[in-house]
Amino acid sequence: MLEARELAATRGDTTLFSALGFSLAPGALLRVTGANGSGKTSLLRALCGLLLPSAGEVRWNGENIRALREEYWKHVAYVGHADALKGDLTAMENLAIACALAGLEVSPSRASAAIESLGLAGRDHLPARALSQGQRRRTALARLAVSEALPLWILDEPFAALDAQAVDRVQKLVGGHLARGGMVVLTTHQEARIPAPTVTDMNLDRK
Amino acid sequence: MTAILRAVIHRDLLLAWRRRSDVATTVLFFVIVASLFPLGVGAEPNLLRAIAPGVIWVAALLACMLSLTRMFESDYADGALDPMLISAAPLGAIVTARVFAHWVVSGLPLVVLSPVLAIQFDLDPSLLGVLALSLLLGTPVLSLVGAIGAALTLGLRGGGVLLALLVLPLYVPVLIIGAGALDAAASGLGALPHFLLLAAMLVLAGAFAPWAIAASLRISAE
Repeated sequence: MLEARELAATRGDTTLFSALGFSLAPGALLRVTGANGSGKTSLLRALCGLLLPSAGEVRWNGENIRALREEYWKHVAYVGHADALKGDLTAMENLAIACALAGLEVSPSRASAAIESLGLAGRDHLPARALSQGQRRRTALARLAVSEALPLWILDEPFAALDAQAVDRVQKLVGGHLARGGMVVLTTHQEARIPAPTVTDMNLDRK
Repeated sequence: MTAILRAVIHRDLLLAWRRRSDVATTVLFFVIVASLFPLGVGAEPNLLRAIAPGVIWVAALLACMLSLTRMFESDYADGALDPMLISAAPLGAIVTARVFAHWVVSGLPLVVLSPVLAIQFDLDPSLLGVLALSLLLGTPVLSLVGAIGAALTLGLRGGGVLLALLVLPLYVPVLIIGAGALDAAASGLGALPHFLLLAAMLVLAGAFAPWAIAASLRISAE
């Protein structure tokens, strides 16, 4: 279970959000919306432990993630705002290093099936710099197809730059993860249709 | 955890292989800087023999400096650093693996080439091994200490120059002991104390630098 208590973040002199709290139980989806610059990415980075919040804390099963560190991170799949792909590596090699860093052991056949399932069949041996923006996004998201063992998924704008077919595929992956009892936090500008028992919406726009 | 570290080293070596020209730049820089000195100071054999250790060591230092700016910069720019910061393996272990890969790519070639360069300074053949061994012990220290500077200056404007100003003074002890090993060996005193001191520096840097690099990376990434 993921909990945020009294979370606040600032950029320069501006307060992005403050006194923000929620808890996420297994099977629940948290959808974060807000205008550009409202602090969605900062919130997600704070939930990952990449950003030190200016106040408050994030807890995983009752313990502060700052104290848990690797014990927390080995439960998290994070797909950030940037694709984190190396242009000189192929889609397969990029997927392999992403999985390895998350502590997942993925066989080459599963990895190549994951890449194919995102519609990148035949392009898995091209260097990532030769791929289009949408294809790069698909490559970054392919790791979700092999991340079912990680209970918490944190996804920053997963649907950006994707076509309808890929959006559908990613929504199915997220839906499947929630049905398994996983937890998902995502930011989006689109009206996403994800079937989940509990969906919490959080809007970061200042009133 | 070993599987993660193996994957990180494999990734860095693969990236270096795909960008061979970057690696070649560092090595060629080393060769050219070291070759300019005989042309500049003239072909007086005794003078060349006397300056050889210092010149080759300073050239190695600068070549190492040149490759350091690439160490974390591109990963920081394209977001590939984030998965390392929240990996299932401790960040200290991951940066150790990355420093090792950096040394294999940009330190080891200097060690291998140094005896060849020493020949153009007419260095005594018995000293070629001493030179290579001193660089073998010294260059990993340069990579370890330099990586702290690279992590601290990450994302800063003009980071490359700042990195040099920050790191070069820290290289001074390694330079003095490393180049001194050859003088000691040439004068018949034996280079063993120098090698032991270099080894001690390597142990010390190996123990504390990964921790400092990890802390600096976390601060820079926020």
